[in-house]
Amino acid sequence: MSDDGVLRIANGQGFWGDSVDAPARLVEEGPLDVLTLDYLAEVTMSILQKQKERDPERGYATDFVDLIDRILPAIRARGIRVVANAGGVNPGACRRRLIDVARRHGAKGLRIGTVAGDDNLHRLDELIASGVSLANMDDGRPLRDIRDRVLSANVYVSSFPVAEALSRGADIVVSGRSTDPGLVLSPAIAEFGWRADAWNLLAAGTVAGHIIECGAQCTGGNFSRWWEVEGWDHLGYPIVEMRPDGTFDVTKHDATGGLVSVDSVAEQLLYEMGDPARYVTPDCIADFTSVTLRQAGPDRVRVEGIRGGPATDSYKVSISYLAGYKAVGQLTVSGPDALAKARVCADALWGRLARAGLRFEEKLTEFLGVDSCHGSITPAPAVVNEVVLRVGVKDGRRDAVDRFGKELAPLVTSGPPGVTGFAGGRPKATEVLGFWPALIPKDRVRPEVVVEEVS
Amino acid sequence: MSKIRLHAMAHARSGDKGDGSNVGVIAYEARGYEILRTRLTPESVKAHFGDIVRGAVERYELPNLLALNFILHDSLGGGGSASLKNDAQGKTHAMGLLRMEIEVPDDYAPPRVGTRGAKLEGGEL
Repeated sequence: MSDDGVLRIANGQGFWGDSVDAPARLVEEGPLDVLTLDYLAEVTMSILQKQKERDPERGYATDFVDLIDRILPAIRARGIRVVANAGGVNPGACRRRLIDVARRHGAKGLRIGTVAGDDNLHRLDELIASGVSLANMDDGRPLRDIRDRVLSANVYVSSFPVAEALSRGADIVVSGRSTDPGLVLSPAIAEFGWRADAWNLLAAGTVAGHIIECGAQCTGGNFSRWWEVEGWDHLGYPIVEMRPDGTFDVTKHDATGGLVSVDSVAEQLLYEMGDPARYVTPDCIADFTSVTLRQAGPDRVRVEGIRGGPATDSYKVSISYLAGYKAVGQLTVSGPDALAKARVCADALWGRLARAGLRFEEKLTEFLGVDSCHGSITPAPAVVNEVVLRVGVKDGRRDAVDRFGKELAPLVTSGPPGVTGFAGGRPKATEVLGFWPALIPKDRVRPEVVVEEVS
Repeated sequence: MSKIRLHAMAHARSGDKGDGSNVGVIAYEARGYEILRTRLTPESVKAHFGDIVRGAVERYELPNLLALNFILHDSLGGGGSASLKNDAQGKTHAMGLLRMEIEVPDDYAPPRVGTRGAKLEGGEL
């Protein structure tokens, strides 16, 4: 914590694939206490689970290890701690790689913590046998409907195990499937000693985490009035300055691009929001209708008044399963008569596949530049200079989906004139993942906290 | 009564919620919020989106932010990795809603802040 009594917590990675440089810039361009990074999405877990099945030392976010290699000298010099859900389905393997990196840097005494126990893929049958139904919490279906197709099963665990690792002196904490807002809540719990029933404080940390969990989306990214945003090439990533009483400011480093305003923060508060009065996490139920925002300075928004309620007695488990295959491909069609010719291409493609005896569970035709985003809202323009025909299919049969992929290229020579843009080869079938949300009583999940010191 | 684009009265953001999307709409000032509470109903929003939204539309109110939150059920062609759509996560649904025309009293003048983009080259709103 800084001398001014606030804990500065930043987010440098809104998703796996976000800016490579943002985390390093947060460390280098201004004061910071904790750097958080979010690598996991529901889709990611099943991909990582497959990697681990092929190699027991994989299944975590490898980019994170490269990042630590890059910023370790700076975070050591400045006393910045790092919290990331980079562990995926193998936090232990991630810790071992981080220890290798730390030894290479001569970082003796550095402590690396991991939180595991969220991965329940191999406990599903045991859980069911002991009376945990794992029925789909949206529609009540029993898990046996998809049991033989399950790819991963991860529990969203509470923020207290990560806080415990920090309290035990960890400089870097790597978790598996913790919640995204929990990345910010857990260092606040550790720093200020917030209790497990301090609902208003836990809700405040959760709201803070929600605001910055998508990186630059609260500092000018994705902002409706985009023309007011300056410095897109060095956009600042967000920092929460948390106080012990749960009030906080959202800001960014000086001399970075972007903006932090009541409007930019309000937009992000509503991002991916369901019922705003009941934002359910493993830690609490946060009430977003209690949040007040005010501009407290340039690029600085004060957030206060947050109320929360007691957490539920269950964890949510996200179970992914194989739900079929899909492929998507596209061709560019130039004018004159671009849209008319693109329609001819689409009709020819679907007609040829039908003549070949193929039927698909689902197919889609879109004309990019004309209708793919707001199709039924905006009328199609009378004339477009060029258009991208985008077609896709979904089906349970992989071979049928691959067969679809072979029908696109022939249109360049056997369709109307001016068809191009077929690059990258035939679209191949990729797996479609289904997600099965279910509940597990909290006492059936035991998070494991390990803190290891680099020798 | 006259009609203006929602863009002039409010700003918005959208993202995915399972096989649906959510659109959070934030009015620029209190009078605009009261107009939107009347005009932006689940029914009018569903009608605006046409066949993009196949399921029901739910609305939640956040008076503290002068905001309304809409859940557009079954609007992503399956959602997540199951969707074939270009906009599989409903990222553009907020911009789609801001295109909506809203009936406002004749004496209502929207704040100027929302329409400055129209002065840019290619600006339309």
